[in-house]
Amino acid sequence: MTALTDPMGFLLFTKGPLFNIAIAIFALGLLARLAEILLLGRRPNFAEPRAGEWLPGLRTVVTRTLPDPGTFKRAPFNVVTGLIWHIGFLVALLLFIPHIELIKGLFGVSWPGLPNPFVDLVTAVTLVALAATLVHRLNHPVKKRLSTVEDYLVWTVTFLVVLTGYLAYNRLINPYPLALGLHILSAELFLIILPFTKLTHIFTAFIARWYNGASFGRRGVQS
Amino acid sequence: MPALSSIPVRVQTMPCGTTDCGNAVPILHEVRHALERLIATGEGTQIDLNAIPFGPEDEAHLLAVLGVGEVRATIDALGPTHVQETAIPGVWLIDYRITEDQRLALHLDIGDIPEILRTQRQDLDTALTTLDARLTSAQDRAPFEY
Amino acid sequence: MTAKKHSVGEHLRDQGVSRRAFLKFCTASASLMALPPGLIPAMAAALEQARRPSVIWLSFQECTGCTESLTRSHAPTVEDLILEMISLDYHHTLQAAAGEAAEAAREQAMKDNFGNYLLIVDGSLPGPDANPGYSTIAGVSNYAMLMEAVEGAAAVIAVGTCAAFGGLPEAAPNPTGAVAVMDLIKDKPLVNVSGCPPVPMVISGVLAHYLAFGRLPELDEYHRPLAFFGQSIHDRCYRRPFYDKGLFAETFDDEGARAGWCLYRLGCKGPSTYNACATMRWNAGTSWPIEAGHPCLGCSEPRFWDAGSFYAPLSVPTDLSSTQVLTAGAAGALVGGTVATLARRTVETAAASRQPVTADELEQTL
Ligand code: SF4
Repeated sequence: MTALTDPMGFLLFTKGPLFNIAIAIFALGLLARLAEILLLGRRPNFAEPRAGEWLPGLRTVVTRTLPDPGTFKRAPFNVVTGLIWHIGFLVALLLFIPHIELIKGLFGVSWPGLPNPFVDLVTAVTLVALAATLVHRLNHPVKKRLSTVEDYLVWTVTFLVVLTGYLAYNRLINPYPLALGLHILSAELFLIILPFTKLTHIFTAFIARWYNGASFGRRGVQS
Repeated sequence: MPALSSIPVRVQTMPCGTTDCGNAVPILHEVRHALERLIATGEGTQIDLNAIPFGPEDEAHLLAVLGVGEVRATIDALGPTHVQETAIPGVWLIDYRITEDQRLALHLDIGDIPEILRTQRQDLDTALTTLDARLTSAQDRAPFEY
Repeated sequence: MTAKKHSVGEHLRDQGVSRRAFLKFCTASASLMALPPGLIPAMAAALEQARRPSVIWLSFQECTGCTESLTRSHAPTVEDLILEMISLDYHHTLQAAAGEAAEAAREQAMKDNFGNYLLIVDGSLPGPDANPGYSTIAGVSNYAMLMEAVEGAAAVIAVGTCAAFGGLPEAAPNPTGAVAVMDLIKDKPLVNVSGCPPVPMVISGVLAHYLAFGRLPELDEYHRPLAFFGQSIHDRCYRRPFYDKGLFAETFDDEGARAGWCLYRLGCKGPSTYNACATMRWNAGTSWPIEAGHPCLGCSEPRFWDAGSFYAPLSVPTDLSSTQVLTAGAAGALVGGTVATLARRTVETAAASRQPVTADELEQTL
């Protein structure tokens, strides 16, 4: 008797067929991108390596993830807000117990989570930080010019995922099946656009950092 | 089969129960307003304690403040109903139950006397007929019994 | 069934129900329906004057659990009283008459009270396009009987999840083509009292409301009375503080389960389920599923049979398959590999067929 238009029908659609479609597009798109990147690799370097690749590679993965003083001095807002919401997003994604259950259901692996009120607080902070990044982007003359439609799309979808999650957990949208359905739907949108937008950096950022360090290392340059 | 009670389930006191949900004090203030109204206008008030989140500790807290007064009555209609005047004159506690175990509603009644204790006009219709019937049968019996 | 002309008040007095008992009933109903206690006198007066409505109760694809729920509670109960307030003219499980006499009673009641009777339905029924043979009464298909009975009904109450939403018979693959009552009835006031079975006091609460106020109570978007279905199980659950603290039972016999922690990870559907179990409880107030240590199944919600495993947490997708994800991933890798190979080949062919160009030639192309 349910249709897409009623809350439970909507929730079951997002939890059922739509989830399968989204995760399939995500897996397909992401692996296509990664396979392409990794298989293309780098131009072969015939010069004799001056030092190892692995250690410098791994080192840059760490050093480029931590904010360096120079960047911090030039753009303290970006560094601080960026770090805050990235960490917040990861905490909410990976340490919220219902999410852990979802991952366990999908892949059979699980880990301990954090108490709900803590994740709730982190989520609230993440939301504020995300909103601040948008305001900053819109007010900063250079960044405003640099921003593309894709940037705004990525921001919107990311924000929606966190926002709907926050609203659903705090039961601020009624009925709850609608709230949860909206959250799952935005997460699915996120999954679907991830491989085809800048969101791919979730997976490629560390590869890129390693590549940089490795190639510097090979040439004996400090990175 | 072992008795159900031998299954070692011990429910922890819920966090809200260890202190209290904090709703006793607002209710007591509501009672105070109702009392003022009763004194000024004679108008009574009923407060439904099921209508607000009310933990066991809240109830205990509320009852401790209100105390126990002079009147205590049990009405036997559709299961027991316990009426208790509190130590505050004019404030009554009415506990409607289906059986001793199952509560239907818990009310505070601020007034001269709870409506349910009063003789009901509608029941008076049958009062005379019942009494007459008993009188007749008492008269019939009298010569033989005394 | 003869006292139909009587008002509810007169009938109750005839049955020896005292005025105080009646007042108590009104108090209980008002409290359950979250009506302010100030309304009780008005409600009592209205109920007293109300005429006992004729009620026709049709049972279709059902298990009789709903009727059991209403009639098997401790006596004397408020639920019993509600049965005194109506004139139950047809209920093929409860009535003494059987066979043709029973059907005749139904026809008669429908004729006598045309336009005024209440129609209560439990169970779903094969829809108009389904094979009617899956469920018939006295040789009449459920569909035909419902449509005939609904004609003269003042209002319809669908009791139980099967009648309200299709329930078990409608669960995939729905072999009998079962539909819910509200799928078929669009032009009559209709209330869904869902639950498998529904809380008995909810059934009587809806009837009391109808009798006292002459109309159906306020409803949610699934036509369920808001007074009982306005809040989720999770919102009134006594284990909620554990959920909020992040303390969960992970198996049915771990420390958490023994300590009464939240059952979310064991599949509790309380957060998405709207019903009154947490406040009204079951079996004369003894307990209710979550108090007994079992996660809520979500039985008062549409399609609860098809909403994934009862024991999978609410956040887990209903029919996920990791093979599908792996296949998609493998296909992706293949696509990526092909793209990379093609790209490499393009570069190689380009490199192979590269022609030297002089600066002069370039200038000419500008
Ligand atoms: S047991 Fe179920 S309804 Fe109760 S708090 Fe946990 S998830 Fe919510």
